[in-house]
Amino acid sequence: MYFFRDTWIVFSRSMRLSLRQPLWVLIGLLQPILYLTLFGPLLQNIAASSGFVGDAWQVFVPGLLVQLGIFGGLFVGFGIIAEWRSGVIERQLVTPASRTSIITGRTLRDVVVISVQAIVLVGAAYLLGLRVPAGALIIGLVLVALLGAAFSFISNAIGIATKSEDALAPLVNTLALPILLLSGILLPMNIAPRWLQIASDFNPFKHIVEALRAVFRGDFADPIVWIGVVLAIALVVLGAWMGSRTLSAQTK
Amino acid sequence: MTGMGSMIEARGLKRTYKARGKAIEAVRGIDLTVQHGEIVGFLGPNGAGKTTTLKMLCTLLEPTGGSATVAGSDLRQDSVGVRRKIGYVSQAGSTSPEAVVGEEIMSHAQFYGIDRATAKQRGQDLLASLDLSDVWGRTCGSLSGGQRRRLDIVMGLIHKPALVFLDEPSTGLDPQSRANLWTHIRKLRDELGTTVFLTTHYMDEADSLSDRILIIDNGTIVAEGTPAELKKRVSGDAITLTLRNEPDAASAAEIAGKLDGADAPVVDAHVVRLHVPDGGRALPLLLAELTRAGIDAIGVDVNRPTLDDVFLTLTGRSLRDQEI
Repeated sequence: MYFFRDTWIVFSRSMRLSLRQPLWVLIGLLQPILYLTLFGPLLQNIAASSGFVGDAWQVFVPGLLVQLGIFGGLFVGFGIIAEWRSGVIERQLVTPASRTSIITGRTLRDVVVISVQAIVLVGAAYLLGLRVPAGALIIGLVLVALLGAAFSFISNAIGIATKSEDALAPLVNTLALPILLLSGILLPMNIAPRWLQIASDFNPFKHIVEALRAVFRGDFADPIVWIGVVLAIALVVLGAWMGSRTLSAQTK
Repeated sequence: MTGMGSMIEARGLKRTYKARGKAIEAVRGIDLTVQHGEIVGFLGPNGAGKTTTLKMLCTLLEPTGGSATVAGSDLRQDSVGVRRKIGYVSQAGSTSPEAVVGEEIMSHAQFYGIDRATAKQRGQDLLASLDLSDVWGRTCGSLSGGQRRRLDIVMGLIHKPALVFLDEPSTGLDPQSRANLWTHIRKLRDELGTTVFLTTHYMDEADSLSDRILIIDNGTIVAEGTPAELKKRVSGDAITLTLRNEPDAASAAEIAGKLDGADAPVVDAHVVRLHVPDGGRALPLLLAELTRAGIDAIGVDVNRPTLDDVFLTLTGRSLRDQEI
């Protein structure tokens, strides 16, 4: 199986292209930093009166990390549409390369970009006053990477399947908004009315955010931690399956 | 072993699409054979099934019926084997505008297991042979349309494929770039022995490049042969005589109609039109006869049939109409 070799070829090409455009990586970084500096202080003041458990940074940063993983991944599909249009994807499909590697290599690049952004985010949060155990940071970064991988797979798959920015944009927004609103990323769900809480229970990302918050508080033994990690892994598997199927379908 | 004799051997190749619940037959069972070292032009109007057939032969689209052996491997059973041996130059391009030419070439070569040193050497040689010597370090987006198309060809040839597919190679190029490209395509075959299968909807391109032409219309191959053979299927060369007056035209038509193999001349005021099998041979004779009858022709035109005429004869439609 040349899967790993081919994935590496696709990954290194994509990584090189991303590094040629550091501006985009920088703009991607800007968003979490803006949240941190413009929304964080607000939260500091309402943390005590709201339903959050723990220090405001410990509550807020896990949410931002999950958001970075989701949104960092969700929008990569636009890039693969551009690559489709310039003929790169088709050119790679005519080589003996493993079909799955063509999407996996690109997703790995996205994971690296998102992980770097997550490290910068955590670093900035530390400067602002975040204090958490080192193990929590590692689990946090792993979760962001997993979410980034899952959403990059999904977004790339939708991009390749639709080949149209006009189709991808509303799809991504429709997917992103309920995920965000029902995840308790910005505000804790336990201050929500009952029906909203029940609705949010069906959102896997709420549990992932909860898992990361537990870890940031130092509650490594909390069963929610395992639930969150398993959910994130399941999402990656789902995304990889979608991606692989979509790529194979291109030559059907 | 089958397939050793020819580079492409397709039997009953078929592709049916489902669109809004209806089955659309894009390709209705094509038989074709391409020999080693041939340049074959695949000619047809847009929507005739050219690109669909090409994509099936390149493993980009699974046939819904029929079978094919391409470059010695079975298209359905061993698509990876086919991919190893073919090159494909899409009309959509093959490189990212922001990528560096040399890096795109090297990255592409890696898929075929070519080491970096060989890839670099081969890439630079290919670029040089396509008059692109100094673009290795430039971004693909900074190249002109013609340069970019030649870069696509370099990408498609980096693994020295025995068979290369070119999809509408000169679409969108200016006349000079087209002529250059044709020279390069001929060199591919003459110097490297590469078999070339190209699609086009330009008559002149098929005519000047191909050893053999396949004409596809409405999902089936309607004619096949060398450009000269195909042109013979049209009723010969067209002769147009312009006379001084209508009585002269009538007499001239009578004389011309007696030429060997001529069809019935059509008189239109001062002008007489007819077809003969060989215009070059018939013309001196015709002029001599006219002089003997005391008829003074003020204009003579001989037109060899073009592939466009062939297409018109075969399908009742002109290729040019379809491009609008």
